[in-house]
Amino acid sequence: MLLIPCPHCGPRDEGEFTYGGPKSRLPALDLTADTQDWHRALHVGRNARGPLTEIWYHSSGCETWIEVTRDTATHQILNKAKGGST
Amino acid sequence: MSYSGLSLLSNALTGNTRWPSIIDVSDLQKSYDIVIIGGGGHGLATAYYLAQNHGIKNIAVIESGWIGGGNTARNTTIVRSDYLLNSSFALKNFALGLWDQLSQDLNFNLMYEPRGYVDLAHSDGELEHFTLRANAMRLGGADAQILTGDALQARVPELDLSGAQRFPIAGALVQEAGGVVRHDAVAWGFARAASKAGIHIFQNCPATGIIIQNGKLEAIDTPQGRIRCGQALLSVAGASCEVAGLAGLDLPLNSINVQAFVTEPVKPALDAVVNYNAGLSYISQTDKGEFVLGGATDGYSSFARRGSFERIEDVLARAAQMFPFLPRLRLMRHWSGTADITMDGNAIMGPTPINGLMINGGWGYAGFKATPAVGHQMADLLATGQVPDLMCPFSYDRFEIGTEQDDGGIGPYPWLH
Repeated sequence: MLLIPCPHCGPRDEGEFTYGGPKSRLPALDLTADTQDWHRALHVGRNARGPLTEIWYHSSGCETWIEVTRDTATHQILNKAKGGST
Repeated sequence: MSYSGLSLLSNALTGNTRWPSIIDVSDLQKSYDIVIIGGGGHGLATAYYLAQNHGIKNIAVIESGWIGGGNTARNTTIVRSDYLLNSSFALKNFALGLWDQLSQDLNFNLMYEPRGYVDLAHSDGELEHFTLRANAMRLGGADAQILTGDALQARVPELDLSGAQRFPIAGALVQEAGGVVRHDAVAWGFARAASKAGIHIFQNCPATGIIIQNGKLEAIDTPQGRIRCGQALLSVAGASCEVAGLAGLDLPLNSINVQAFVTEPVKPALDAVVNYNAGLSYISQTDKGEFVLGGATDGYSSFARRGSFERIEDVLARAAQMFPFLPRLRLMRHWSGTADITMDGNAIMGPTPINGLMINGGWGYAGFKATPAVGHQMADLLATGQVPDLMCPFSYDRFEIGTEQDDGGIGPYPWLH
């Protein structure tokens, strides 16, 4: 069970959130990105064992996307909530 | 020793104290033709078929834990081939044909029971899609039926078809050849047959390094020493990313936790495997009377092998929708394991960019049913150097060149597959 620190709502149960995957930067849609760029952005380098920065959508709460840094080996959440307390 | 009624009787007379070990203990040689990293069902099946079909026996299988202790013995034992895409279907349906004879071939009772797989649809639209899938299966030579109303009730008498649930059941795709196989027996059976053929199996022996020179595989390092080899197969399920990392490969997958549960045993009430699709929940009853339940993944990256209560509640709530008597039972055991789920939800099989290193990974939580087919095809690849037709669509480079095999049409989101 994860207790996710939402910066707007405080620590909330994982059931209130929708997972958005590891935080990533997609190549700009400016025609300079080739298929290799897209492959690197979408498919690889996304499976860290240890601290991983991800995005979660607080669907049953404030309905905003938040950034969470979580250790995938222990489930410990490393970032502190701005609002509320952890 | 061959297992038979006679061997059972003679060992019973000596108090079952003289059964030989099912795996011979071997000394690690300095080199082998082929090293198989991972002594799960897939790796051991590959070893067995290399000896059986190609006469190649100078093989070492190295397993970091013990035989029958990994994901092969952590699944919900279901076998079926109800897939829409030709590539997915063909491989699993080939496996289903092999399961049928495998107990005889291995001289080991795998307890394959084709008790029927019932996949529930919850709307007319979903049932139409299931009909499309059933027709695709028939075109591929498998049997599949669509059952609704009284016919479905007769097939699964305990199923709640009252329509009173949140997601009423509209009908089902039924594959009677689907069913269950005793999962740890699969690991033991293949290990015993491979060992009998002269293949060396090493337990508690992880790969700690993969030695590559000029793009060609040279050797595998283990705590017991360096093993030089011509070829190696990486078949390590949940550890795929870490072991592939030893060779400098970055696999397009996420490691995600999957859970399963077993209730206390009761009298027989369910003779089919039933799958609920408004959110995933699958259930079958073991020969001992326990109900085995599983569902979707926990839904986020994890190496923790520790389940989330969210998913337990989710799976059980759906199971109770199917079978209203279930909430009266207590859960007896619960476990979880790491699934390696790729960006299209299908496996990666075949050569890697490193000459001599093959991969079989990314099976996520869907690999058990394909075990004998993977072993059979991977043995063909290692023996001939030619990628077999059934394996071709699942190439390592398909994500780069845009030929994903995405049965669910979900996209590069492993936590949703």
